[in-house]
Amino acid sequence: MLDEPLTASAATYGPPYDPRPEIVGSEPRRFVGLVLTLAINDFKLRFFGSVLGYVWSLVRPLLLFGVLYAIFTHVIRFGGDIKFYPVYLLTALVMFNFFAEATNRCVTCLLESESLIRKVRFPRLAIPVSVVTSSLLNLVLALAAVMVFYAAQGVEPTWRWLELPLFVLVLALFALGCGMLLSVLYVRFRDVQPIWEVALQVLFYGSPVLYVLTVAPEAIQRKLLANPIACVLTEMRHAMIDPTAPDLFAAIGPNWHLVVPAAILVGTLALGTYLFAREARTAAERL
Amino acid sequence: MSDHPTSAPALEIERATKSFVVSRHQFSTLKERALHPLQAREVQRRTVLRDISVQVARGEFFGIVGRNGSGKSTLLKCIAGIYQLDRGRIRVYGRLAPFIELGVGFNYELTARDNILTNAVMLGLSRREARRRFDAIIDFAELRDFVDLKLKNYSSGMAVRLAFSVAIQVDADILLVDEVLAVGDAAFQQKCFAEFRRMRREGRTVLFVTHDMASLTRFCERAMLIEGGRCIELGPAEVVARRYNEVNFGRLEDSQLATPGQHLKAVWFEDEDGRRTTHTEQGGQIAVCCEISPPPHDESGGPLALKVTLRNDVRHTIVVLDTRAPNCKGGESLERLVAGGEPFVARLLFPCQLAPSAYSATVDLLQGDRPVDRLEDAAAVTVHSRFFSGGVWDAPFEVAVSGTRVPA
Repeated sequence: MLDEPLTASAATYGPPYDPRPEIVGSEPRRFVGLVLTLAINDFKLRFFGSVLGYVWSLVRPLLLFGVLYAIFTHVIRFGGDIKFYPVYLLTALVMFNFFAEATNRCVTCLLESESLIRKVRFPRLAIPVSVVTSSLLNLVLALAAVMVFYAAQGVEPTWRWLELPLFVLVLALFALGCGMLLSVLYVRFRDVQPIWEVALQVLFYGSPVLYVLTVAPEAIQRKLLANPIACVLTEMRHAMIDPTAPDLFAAIGPNWHLVVPAAILVGTLALGTYLFAREARTAAERL
Repeated sequence: MSDHPTSAPALEIERATKSFVVSRHQFSTLKERALHPLQAREVQRRTVLRDISVQVARGEFFGIVGRNGSGKSTLLKCIAGIYQLDRGRIRVYGRLAPFIELGVGFNYELTARDNILTNAVMLGLSRREARRRFDAIIDFAELRDFVDLKLKNYSSGMAVRLAFSVAIQVDADILLVDEVLAVGDAAFQQKCFAEFRRMRREGRTVLFVTHDMASLTRFCERAMLIEGGRCIELGPAEVVARRYNEVNFGRLEDSQLATPGQHLKAVWFEDEDGRRTTHTEQGGQIAVCCEISPPPHDESGGPLALKVTLRNDVRHTIVVLDTRAPNCKGGESLERLVAGGEPFVARLLFPCQLAPSAYSATVDLLQGDRPVDRLEDAAAVTVHSRFFSGGVWDAPFEVAVSGTRVPA
């Protein structure tokens, strides 16, 4: 029935394969390209068409910072004897804000990408990874603004500032671990969203954002450091702001105690990866 | 198993079975789950595909038809790797386009430029390759003037053109298409059709899901009809289209006809040189041919007559060739043949001045005024022309100019 003869083919056949839903996929370049494209689009949409977009993205943490700063220094009179307390407060806020934003958006990310998931085969993991990446771009911009504040407050730059990317990386990995977990849980259980919002509140006060670790009693300090975010913020204070403040190793006591936050970080990532890989294969049917 | 004559397979599906979970007590919140930890979930599974087997040859345009909910889109999603089969096996030879719909991932708040890039990456191009092919895409869509316009300001037709233009840039040997060809204006459709012909020449394979029988017969050689998750017909597109119409609408009329196809054995189109064809250029001669096994002689029945109804792709009746009509030459030769009883072929030859479109022929065989046999959409032909006038009949005509101001 062909009305035209087949000519030489456009491509040669590889071995036959069985198409299946994929998580990371077999082509790392495709995965990276997808993550970048999705993250850049998301970023563009948030800052769309206005210079004010960037300013708006800073307004929220800055406003919160202003309120907290006013209350803590003038009303409760806290932080007076903490060196560079405003700088610490702002940095910690911006970092926690990144974690909260990334995980919050991960909760609904699979559902919001429903049309993609049901109509294209692509590595599903690209969705939560792109959400975290987009929030990461946001964090980098926010940190750039924070650096101006450092200069204004007269914080001395040191070589230890180079640890900053490490802090961001640890936070991003923790956010991704939680994000993978939350995104697939939300497909099954719709009350994950309010539950996570409450959990974030607890985490906010459980992490030294408003306070610094060293104001807490020593026994509590070590318990607080089970939280990877608390570890990052404590080490950040030592490296970035006040070299006289204890670093993470000093604060946690015996070094093997570090196993706990490390296990929580790795465990979250492992559990997140496992559940995501298991659930995301059938996500297209459940959405 | 090979039910297509040509070449190597592009796709093999063996006993594909797919079911979905339809739980009666599906806990949708953690709270419910925590409150009823012991209550077993009653899991019901609804099977939407049962034992589907088919081979599609390379370079073939293969149609999958069926009613809403028959399972045709599920099958396409299983082939694309969006759903996972419960049982059975799908084997793909060559690169499979990973999408089943055009314009997936289009964000209407972004410009066409951003959307082209996103869509192309989504469909499998690398970012560099997507940027490299940007010009080709925007030129094919003829939307260069609107490239920095947000997609929300596009008309739906323009957005579809953009989507189609990206899709054909994807380097795939096998394309999966779910209900999209009835889009764009006629000129763009012609362009799309030309593009499909190019793909076919290159040996690419297209799987096409539809419930529009006109586009099925227009684009596909072979098709399968799915009903209730089973394949109930597999064969030439015309046969499947006819079966689809029977299954869904019953026989439109003439229910007294016991067995359609009893007297009308086959219908096809021939070109001027007597070759069977499914495509023709406007301006030539074309013939509808009917192989007829005449009914027994019947004194009261009257002479035999044929009526061929040509409908275009939007199912408008364009031409009716009735051998009893005064514009028919040689109708009486049919009448003479009745008594003979030997099978014969009737050729209805006419100048093809039809506007470019896909035409399907419905043939009625009559004895006197009594219908004897009827084949719905028994054959199809596509008429091509470089020019699209907008009418349905492109009559050949002359222009003559006269008047006082025109120099002789």
